[in-house]
Amino acid sequence: MNKFDVKDLNLYYGENHALKGINLPIPERKVTALIGPSGCGKSTLLRTLNRMNDLIENVKITGNVSLDGNDIYQERNVGGLRMKVGMVFQKPNPFPMSIYENVAYGLRAQGIRDKKVIDEAVENALRGAALWDEVSDRLDGHAFGLSGGQQQRLCIARAIAIQPEVILMDEPTSALDPIATHKIEELMEELRKDYTIVIVTHSMNQAKRISDKTAVFWMGELVEHGETAQIFNSPQDERTKGYVNGDFG
Amino acid sequence: MRRTIEDRIALSLIWGGASLTIIFLVWMLWHILANGLSYVDWTFISANYSVTDKENSGIWPMIVSTIYMVILSIAIAAPIGIMTALFLTEYAKPGSKVVKVIRFCTESLAGIPSIIYGLFGMTFFVVTLGLGFSILSGALTLTILILPVIIRTTEEALIAVPLAYREGSYGLGASKIYTIWRVILPSAMPGIITSVILSTGRVIGESAPVFLTAGMVARIPDSVLDSGRTLTVHLYKLTTELYTVHDWNQAYATATVLIVLVLAINLVTKLIGRRLNKATY
Repeated sequence: MNKFDVKDLNLYYGENHALKGINLPIPERKVTALIGPSGCGKSTLLRTLNRMNDLIENVKITGNVSLDGNDIYQERNVGGLRMKVGMVFQKPNPFPMSIYENVAYGLRAQGIRDKKVIDEAVENALRGAALWDEVSDRLDGHAFGLSGGQQQRLCIARAIAIQPEVILMDEPTSALDPIATHKIEELMEELRKDYTIVIVTHSMNQAKRISDKTAVFWMGELVEHGETAQIFNSPQDERTKGYVNGDFG
Repeated sequence: MRRTIEDRIALSLIWGGASLTIIFLVWMLWHILANGLSYVDWTFISANYSVTDKENSGIWPMIVSTIYMVILSIAIAAPIGIMTALFLTEYAKPGSKVVKVIRFCTESLAGIPSIIYGLFGMTFFVVTLGLGFSILSGALTLTILILPVIIRTTEEALIAVPLAYREGSYGLGASKIYTIWRVILPSAMPGIITSVILSTGRVIGESAPVFLTAGMVARIPDSVLDSGRTLTVHLYKLTTELYTVHDWNQAYATATVLIVLVLAINLVTKLIGRRLNKATY
């Protein structure tokens, strides 16, 4: 069952043709890794999945992206789409408020006021992000008091608090040290049971470790995609071979 | 060798410039305080102004008028200015025609001599709208005067809010207005408060546009539709009518109060700024 279906997707930043005729199915409850050298369009593709590119001027899109069979670019309720498709960014970006308020943010944005409901959702989300044991005694503390890795797990908690179906991760560990990275990867092992995860990563080892499917990008094109093991062990395309062998990129 | 001589000349010029600035500031402060401080006592601050009984004459009505003027003009200008800044940074397309027109207007407004605002206020608010010489006319005139400051400073504060906050909020499905209310405005708050306090200084400091619109009646105004005399206008009035040594002393005493007020406002701005910065980072 495919969660997303990307069909003939082209994206232009003004004159710059950033995504060229992308066709990519993204399966449900699997981890799909998007890899490729810098500027190849992998982050851009990730951001088309929750329409984050809408925030940028002069972006033109053709083709379509469907979520559960519905074209998300026909959707009027972009907020509703983003509630279903959560996002974790490259640099941890907690809001300048308390740990509790950070996690409660998405719920409050939906107009939920019931303190009991929010309390429960905050605890569940923090447990789900493997952060509860570290912060349960200082929920009112400022989010900026946490370490980088904790902040990133807080951002994951913030995303899962509103119970999305998909989590998009844009190089979520590139700003973290190896130990914090390891913790996030462990966490993803848990999350993959309940969520469809799409992750952009620079690290081929990370893609190998955590993903079921891998898609390789090259200068705006999707070179090849398939089972992660197959991509890394017997790549079909010369460019993929070069990239996964570390010849460039 | 030449090099060291040039270095020395440059260094002494730089030091000279810096010291001159400090000397003038200290000199002026000392001059005002030395001449004024001894006449500032409780009677001077709390008594009504009297032309006849100069021994017991005070500036209480002017203090009240000044406070009215500050509160009223900030209460009108701050919401308008903040909303304009929000429009410019969050809603309008960057570089669009509307943005350019509004920017041009605020920049031009900032460059106009303040007495011209007074003239406009007098013909429009006082006469055409029939508000008379009143605190309200004065406050409305000062509103136009301080709007550019508020818009500019707030805009800069809003632009400085990291894109990551906006992305984080939109990424959770939050609406634009919710994002502005919960994340953008709170993050920009130190800058917004600075703009308000800078404007407060401006309102306290202006004289010409104030006496042209609020008049010079030296008693506590009954309402915002009553005329009032602010401290700065009072100082202007005293210095243009120096008949006795009492007037002279009162002028310096009023100047002292003004300077202490402005210094206090500066100090409070810094404290609030630091406090909020700590809270955010």
